[in-house]
Amino acid sequence: MSHSTPTKMSDGGDVPARGLSRFARLRGLDRVRSFGSKMAKEPLGVVGVVVLALLLLVALLAPWIAPFDPNRQNLAQALQPPSWGHIMGTDEFGRDILSRLIWGARITMRTVLSVSAIVGPVGLVIGVAAGFFGGWTDSILMRFTDIVLSFPALVLALAFAAAMGAGLGTAVIAISLTSWPPVARLARAEALVVRNTDYVAAARLYGASPLRLLFFYVTPMCIPSVLVRLTLNMAVITLTAASLGFLGLGAQPPLAEWGAMISSGRRFMLDYWWVPVMPGFAILITSLAFNITGDALRDILDPRHTRG
Amino acid sequence: MIEIRQLDITYGEGETANHVVRGIDLSIGEGESVGIVGESGCGKSTVLRSLVGLERGWRGSIQIGGRDMPQVRRIADLRLAQMVFQDPFGSLHPRHRIGTALSEAARCMGLRADPDRIAAALEEVGLPAGFADRFPHELSGGQRQRVAIARALIVEPPVILLDEPTSALDVSVQAEILNLLSDRREERGLTYLFVTHDLSVVSHMCDRILVMEKGVFSEELTADDIGAARATTPYAQHLIDASLLGHDTNP
Repeated sequence: MSHSTPTKMSDGGDVPARGLSRFARLRGLDRVRSFGSKMAKEPLGVVGVVVLALLLLVALLAPWIAPFDPNRQNLAQALQPPSWGHIMGTDEFGRDILSRLIWGARITMRTVLSVSAIVGPVGLVIGVAAGFFGGWTDSILMRFTDIVLSFPALVLALAFAAAMGAGLGTAVIAISLTSWPPVARLARAEALVVRNTDYVAAARLYGASPLRLLFFYVTPMCIPSVLVRLTLNMAVITLTAASLGFLGLGAQPPLAEWGAMISSGRRFMLDYWWVPVMPGFAILITSLAFNITGDALRDILDPRHTRG
Repeated sequence: MIEIRQLDITYGEGETANHVVRGIDLSIGEGESVGIVGESGCGKSTVLRSLVGLERGWRGSIQIGGRDMPQVRRIADLRLAQMVFQDPFGSLHPRHRIGTALSEAARCMGLRADPDRIAAALEEVGLPAGFADRFPHELSGGQRQRVAIARALIVEPPVILLDEPTSALDVSVQAEILNLLSDRREERGLTYLFVTHDLSVVSHMCDRILVMEKGVFSEELTADDIGAARATTPYAQHLIDASLLGHDTNP
């Protein structure tokens, strides 16, 4: 170790000084590509993503791809078994079940996405603030979270939907009310780790304000795990929405909602199995796809989660 | 430049209380480079962290540049001293580009943060200005530590505190970082306070070396003392012997 060595870098990287900003955007593309190649190592995850993409496409294109009007009754054609005319058969009013499932995908996707859009930011902000500030803020926010968490989600959603009147909007609010606590707890746990890192300590040393630390330093580090959690949560939201529909507290007739379709079809279950089974199958596939996708996302985004 | 009087730090209370730093005094002149050595857990990092205000609840008095440091620092207090951390992989935000890391430091301190200043800051630590667009994971350990030094320097503090700045780096890169640090000190007249367990680093970089043992300074040495293995307390002698032994087995 002598002073005579000139302090020029020798540890790699002889990049020309300027003109690199042009490639900055390309590197963003690179990250997408590396994400894609990681995803390709999760064949099951790819299946989940493809199924979800198809469902989203079906939901978006429902008016154009549904073979029949989902609400057009034709009593002469009631309770027809699956055939080439009606691939999934017809229900007790002679409505085409496939068309109703396609329109039902719309309702399910809208519910899932709206709930996630509410729950994600709310849970993230509450959790990150609790974890980062600690002390009283943490105690108050977390006790409040514990209180909500101690309610059985479906029962609270039921009570809320019953009090506010049944409907799709109340179902969304009711489910949101009960599903933010797990997100908040997760975000808090992440924030607790991040607030003690050296880069946050360094930021304190150059006088970054608490709000700046919270939103610009801590929150970005918590987003990946919250995204994973939200995706896994979507499976639960699908099931809760269907349960509310089944109990008559979600979307109202004649809207084609999968849970409500099972509910009205269960009277014919023994003789006309396809009436409740088809929507049941749709719910199964959807929540399974969300679960698989969430699992694959966790493998990719969460470095601490080791692959089995 | 730095005046510490009766600095005393205790973690916890009652039976489980851990008396980490026991009433130390330390005086460092302007432009001086001083090292604190000792085993892990002797309290040397805690001294550094309370100097910059990362630790609260210390007792005694700390003065930097003639100003009394309060427990909770204001911008004007923070501008007097910046710190370089041990782990270059943990001290840069993984999702901030290098340019953002540097401009954030300048902006939060109320300084200019235009691209020219960032480029100059990078060039000052021997990195090309184009690195501003990169993320930390695209840099080697040594390059990251250069960025961390640039981030401390961009605030233009008279004092820089270095917490094991080279112990996470390869030996060849260590020498480069130490040379960079001594060049910047000569150029800007900076005051350094090193904390390390590596005696060869402090004997190379520091005018005075304080040996810390169980929360107090047990001995003060010069670089020559270490070269000649001259220490009066058994603990300091043991440290020197251990480091010489290390050099013998790992030339």
